Amino acid sequence: MTGEQIFFLIVGIVTLISGLMVVTVRNLIHAALWLVATLFGVAMIYAILNAGFLAVVQVVVYIGAIAILFIFAVMLTRRQAAETGASVNSNWWLGAIAAVATFAGLFFLLKSWSGFSKTAAAIPSGFDAVNQLGDALTSANGYVLPFEVASVLLLAALVGAVYLAFNKK
Amino acid sequence: MNFWNDPLKVAADWLTGIFTGWGMNTVVANVLVAFLGILMLITILMVIDIFLVWIERKVVARFQDRIGPNRLGPFGLIQPFADIIKLMIKEDTTPDHADKFVYNIAPMLSMMSVLILWAVVPLAPVMLGVDLNIGALFIIAAGSIGTLSIIMAGWSSNNKFSVIGAFRQVAVMVSFEVPMLAVLLIPTIFAGSMGINAIIQSQNIWFVWLSPLAAVIFMIAAIAELGRAPFDLAEGESELVSGYNIEYSGMKFGMFYAGELLHAFTFGGFWSIMFFGGYRFFGLELVSPFLAIAIILFKAMVGYWIIMWVKYTVMRIRIDQMLAFNWKFLTPVAFVLVMVTALMNTLLRGAPSWLFITGMLLSNVIVAWVSLEIVRSVSRKERERVEGPKQVVAEAHH
Repeated sequence: MTGEQIFFLIVGIVTLISGLMVVTVRNLIHAALWLVATLFGVAMIYAILNAGFLAVVQVVVYIGAIAILFIFAVMLTRRQAAETGASVNSNWWLGAIAAVATFAGLFFLLKSWSGFSKTAAAIPSGFDAVNQLGDALTSANGYVLPFEVASVLLLAALVGAVYLAFNKK
Repeated sequence: MNFWNDPLKVAADWLTGIFTGWGMNTVVANVLVAFLGILMLITILMVIDIFLVWIERKVVARFQDRIGPNRLGPFGLIQPFADIIKLMIKEDTTPDHADKFVYNIAPMLSMMSVLILWAVVPLAPVMLGVDLNIGALFIIAAGSIGTLSIIMAGWSSNNKFSVIGAFRQVAVMVSFEVPMLAVLLIPTIFAGSMGINAIIQSQNIWFVWLSPLAAVIFMIAAIAELGRAPFDLAEGESELVSGYNIEYSGMKFGMFYAGELLHAFTFGGFWSIMFFGGYRFFGLELVSPFLAIAIILFKAMVGYWIIMWVKYTVMRIRIDQMLAFNWKFLTPVAFVLVMVTALMNTLLRGAPSWLFITGMLLSNVIVAWVSLEIVRSVSRKERERVEGPKQVVAEAHH
């Protein structure tokens, strides 16, 4: 086992455990903080995969904006941050079966893929992933249309939120 | 390759040689040497941090027409050590019903978010932690960990004032991240890379000459990120006592305080890196890496001094003024400036350097002038709206 694999296993286990804690802890603020740990673990997995840009954007967007927003929302809407009801309802076994089936399906699908057991080719020196990403997002042969459509969608969401919150005098 | 040209590499090779000589695995030895390097950098930073306390107290004293610490040692230089001893032997209090784990981890996260920034700071052409090709974004990412630490500290203290202080501070930090990110794109456009070392290497002309407005906006956003005056509404003494760190005592408070000072120094450093050439100074940095370190520390000190100058000169603003200033003025100006800079950069690509500099400088001046004119007319209308009825009342009273 190489050092990278050990590191990946540690990060993966920590991420999974924090993900489990998000849905099992009673205190909503603690759940939000465990979510931060999960998102940070995902960012570290991106970093292991040499996707530094995605890792940093994950931290900026998910921890710096979305998790903070969650914590704000919990603090501003709840008097009691701790949940008192049962954490599972009577359909828990259906959910468990669906989850196990999804995991098994994905596992077998990936297992039959030829690239599953191959080691990744080494990244050539001088390869700039950020440049490649920028080119792909802005060139006409790349993904400029989906990128722009996504921007328009976000703008529409922004305008809608402002309209709803706007206090008509 | 001798010690004076590349001290870090020579020292690392020497240590690796010793460790492998003891029969250690090469990988383990490399990890250990890297770890020792990190430890050394952090130690140096913490020692600088101790003296930053002294510098801050001396400078604020001068601004307030006092002498400052002058009893212990020459120029009061021993004072910060006395402060540290005091902080260490103070009672370590935890409020009732505080969330102990979150309460204890928040000061560490706060310090960590500052120290982690130095991973991408090149101290000399050959001395840097990692040359990430996304260095500029990394600054913002570390800032979001700082934001998280503040909200954790405020919430876990089980105190109304600390929560309100944390809300205010987080509102400031989240807001001013936007213009800061936009303005960091301007050195990126000039350098063609987000890597910190690439940005420094491409500053044959300091970027402040190409985009002075961007330098000013970066400084304002940095001061807001630090939560220093005029954006220190999170610690409004008359309303909130001290803000998010109200319940902390001893060294836990010390972590927040030292973290803030080091953060200010670090942002002074980033200001010099982004707009004033970092470790470059007329080729002096090529003479010796030690000279390069002296240059970048000097420039960071100048940036830190400007941050202190602003802090001890201007008054605190209200939260609505802060939000209006950021979202209605600074963010639009930063976005317009990025667009204008990108456009001018494309138009002037093949131009000689004098034309490039003049064009960039002129476009900056025009953007600044137009935005200030718009602000002036808006504020005149606002003043008329606010002061209008007041005069009528005064008239009627007569």
